[in-house]
Amino acid sequence: MSKFEDSGHLARVAAVFLLGVVAFVALRAAVIPKSYGRYGPYRGDALEEITARPLAYAGHDACEGCHSDVLEIKSKGWHAHVNCESCHGPLAKHANDPGSVIPVKPDVAKLCVRCHSENIAKPNGFPQVDAKEHAQGQLCNTCHQPHSPGFDAGGKK
Amino acid sequence: MEGFMYPNEVELQWSVLIVLYPFLTGLVAGAFILASLERVFRVEAVKPTYRLALLTALAFLIVAPLPLQLHLGHPERSLEMYLTPHRASAMAMFGFVYLWYLMAVLLLEIWLDYRRDIVLMAQSSTGPKRQLYRLLTLGSYNISPGALHVDDRAGWVITLVGIPSAFLLHGYVGFIFGSVKANPWWSTPMMPVVFLFSAMVSGIALVLLMYMVTSLIRRTAIDMNCLDTIAKYLFYTFVIDFSLEMLDLIHRIYEADESFRSLDFMVHTRLFVSQIVLQIFVGTLTPLVLLALTQFVKFSELVRKRIYALAAILTMIGIFAMRWNVVIGGQLFSKSFLGYTSYKVAFVTKEGLLPAIILLILPFVILYALIKILPPWQAGDAATVQADGID
Amino acid sequence: MILNRRQILLLLPAAAVAWDFLVAGTPEEAPSYKMSDHWWGMLLDITKCIGCGSCVRACAMENDVPDGYFRTWVERYHVVDWHIENPLVDSPGGGEEGFPPNSETGGKNFFVPKLCNHCVDSPCTQVCPVGATFHTPDGVVLVDYNYCLGCRYCIQACPYGCRFFHPNRHTAEKCTLCYHRITKGLTTACCEACPTGARQLADLKNPNDPIHAFLKNHTVQVLKPHLATGAKVFYNGLDGSVR
Repeated sequence: MSKFEDSGHLARVAAVFLLGVVAFVALRAAVIPKSYGRYGPYRGDALEEITARPLAYAGHDACEGCHSDVLEIKSKGWHAHVNCESCHGPLAKHANDPGSVIPVKPDVAKLCVRCHSENIAKPNGFPQVDAKEHAQGQLCNTCHQPHSPGFDAGGKK
Repeated sequence: MEGFMYPNEVELQWSVLIVLYPFLTGLVAGAFILASLERVFRVEAVKPTYRLALLTALAFLIVAPLPLQLHLGHPERSLEMYLTPHRASAMAMFGFVYLWYLMAVLLLEIWLDYRRDIVLMAQSSTGPKRQLYRLLTLGSYNISPGALHVDDRAGWVITLVGIPSAFLLHGYVGFIFGSVKANPWWSTPMMPVVFLFSAMVSGIALVLLMYMVTSLIRRTAIDMNCLDTIAKYLFYTFVIDFSLEMLDLIHRIYEADESFRSLDFMVHTRLFVSQIVLQIFVGTLTPLVLLALTQFVKFSELVRKRIYALAAILTMIGIFAMRWNVVIGGQLFSKSFLGYTSYKVAFVTKEGLLPAIILLILPFVILYALIKILPPWQAGDAATVQADGID
Repeated sequence: MILNRRQILLLLPAAAVAWDFLVAGTPEEAPSYKMSDHWWGMLLDITKCIGCGSCVRACAMENDVPDGYFRTWVERYHVVDWHIENPLVDSPGGGEEGFPPNSETGGKNFFVPKLCNHCVDSPCTQVCPVGATFHTPDGVVLVDYNYCLGCRYCIQACPYGCRFFHPNRHTAEKCTLCYHRITKGLTTACCEACPTGARQLADLKNPNDPIHAFLKNHTVQVLKPHLATGAKVFYNGLDGSVR
C-alpha cells in the first residue's frame, strides 16, 4: 500500500509524458501536408509544383509549323541533326506568340567557334578549325550557310 | 582551389557550426557516462562530481541543437523532422534519439536525484523562485524514505538505460558521417566507435575541469581521491580512443585504396596544423604522456592538479580538432580525388566564428543558471576550507 | 498519343485549352502521361561530345540555374599513356562557354558531360531526413523546394557532386531531368541543345526506345559502379580514367 503511495510522483511524470505524446500526435495530424505519402515518403503535391514550371525551350517539333522551308534546307546538310534552339537559344516564348516575340539572331562571331574551334579533346572526325587562321578576320557566314554549312550540299554562299 | 574538383564541390556545405555539434553532443555523452560510473558501477570515488556532471550534460544538450538551427537553410521547417521523419535517414532518427535522451533519460534522472531538494526548496523559498520549485515538484511533496527509495531505484534503472542511450546519442552522430559511402574520409564502420570514445574522453575531461574550477570558485577543497579517479578513467578511455584512431590510420595507410593518396596529401598540407599538430601531438600524445606519468610516478597533490588541468585542457582542444578534421577535412578534397579546396571561415556571419564562440560559451552560462536553481552541493559545503594553491 | 507543339498550334482554340491544361502541370491527370509507363534515364556518348557547352547553357536557361552552380557540366580529360589513375582534368566554368585550347599536347583527350544519374538506389534520397528529395514512380530523383530544410546531407551523400545548395532558395538543388518537359513529351533542355546527339534522353520502359539496341551493341558503363548506386545515366566509350 505505502509502496504505491510512495510511487505517486512517478505517476505524475508518466502523466506529463503521456500528455506530451498526445500533443505530438495531435500536432502531426494537424500539420503534416495532406499529400504526404501519396506516391511515397514525400509530399505528392511536389510533383505538380515541379511540372508546373514554364518551358524555356520549345523543342524542335515546334519550329516545323512555320519554318518548314529552313528545315528543308537543314535536313539535307551537315546540321540536319542540330536542333534549331541549339543555335537560336530557347524560343518557347516565340513559339507561343510568334508575332510579338521576335528572337534575336545569334552572334555569329561567338556562336560557331564554340563548336568548331579546334581542340585536341574533340573527336577526330569532327570539323574543327583554328578560327583566326581559317576565317582571316571574316565572319563564318560570309562563306558558310549556317543551316547547311557544308559546300558539297550546296551550302556555299 | 587546387587541381580538379567537380564544379559544385568547391564550396563547403558544412561549416564550423557542424564541427561544433558533434563536439557538444560528445561532451554530453561523456559527462553522462562519467556520472553513470558512480550510479551504476558504484565507483564511489567520483560521487562528488555526480550532480555536476549531470547538470553539465544538460547545459550542453540544451545548446546542442542551436548550431544546427543556425546552419539550416530553412530552420522554420525543422519540425518536419519530427512530423515526417524519413526512416532510412540517420539524421531523422537522430532527432528522436535526442528527444528520448533529453526527456526520458537526462531530465528524468536529474529530477529524480534532485526531487528531495526541490521539494524542500519549494517549501522554504519565496517569490518567483518558489513558484519555479513548486512547478518542478509536479505537485508531489512526498519525500518519505519510501518515496526516496523509489526515486533511487528508478534513478538506477534510468541510468542503466541511459548508458546505452548515451552511446546511441553520440554513436549516431558518428553513424551520420560513417554511413556516407560517397566520402571515403568519413565512410568507415569505425566512425561511431571512434566518435563515442573521443566523446567520452572530452566529456570526462570537461567534468574534471568543471570540478576543479567550481571548487576554486567556491573555495572548497578538492577531493583528491575523486580527481585521481576521474583522471584514471580519462587515461584509460584515452588509451582506447587513441588505439582506435591509430588502427584506422594504419589500416588506411596499409590498404592504400583509391582515395588514399589524395587524403594523405590533404592531411599533410591542408590539415597539417589541425590534425598533426593540434589533434595528434598537442591534443592526444601530450595529454596521454602527462596522464601516464601520473599513473606511474608519484607526484605531489599540487603537481597532480596542474598536470590534470593541463591534460584536460589539451584534451578538449584535441577533441575539438578531431571534429574539425572529420567534418571540414571531409569536404576539403574532391570526390574525384584529383583536387582540393579550402575553407575560409568568416567571423561575423550566420555560420561564422563568432556564433561558434558564442555557442561554446552559452552552455557555461546555462550551467551557471542550472547550478543556481539546482545546486549540486549540500548547503553545508559552502562555508569551508581555503582552496589550496590551485593557480 | 503525345501532343506536340505543332499539333497544338494547328488546332488552335481547343489546343489552346489543352496546352494550358498541360502547362498547368498535373502529369498524372494529363491524358497523355502516365508515370507508371516510364522509367527515365539518359545515354551519353563520349565519342560524340565536342565540349561545346551548349547543354550547360541550355540547362541554365531552362531551369534558372544560378551562376557558379551547375545542374550539368562538362569535364575535359587529358590522359598520358598508361597513367589512367592520374588524368589531368579541367572544367572551366563547368564548360558553360566551351573550353579554351589545351596547352597540353599528345596523350588521350576527350570530354565527359555529367549530370545527376537519377540512381535507382540513390544515397541522396536515403539520407534526406524529411523526404524532401525522393524518387518519382517514373524513376526521376527530385527535390521538393517547399519542404527541404537545407540541411545539405544529400549534397554530402551524392558521390557524383551533382547537387548544390541554391544560394537564393536555401534548399538543395540538382538536375530534375527537366521533369516539367519530359512529362509533356518533350526532351530535356540539354538533349535538345546538344548539336551532336551525344546526349539522348532514354525511356527504359519503352521497348521501342533506341537505348535498348544501343546498350546491346556498345560497351557502356556508369560512373562509380563500385558504389552500387543503380545509376541510370549510361556512358558509351567511358574511359577508365574518368572519375
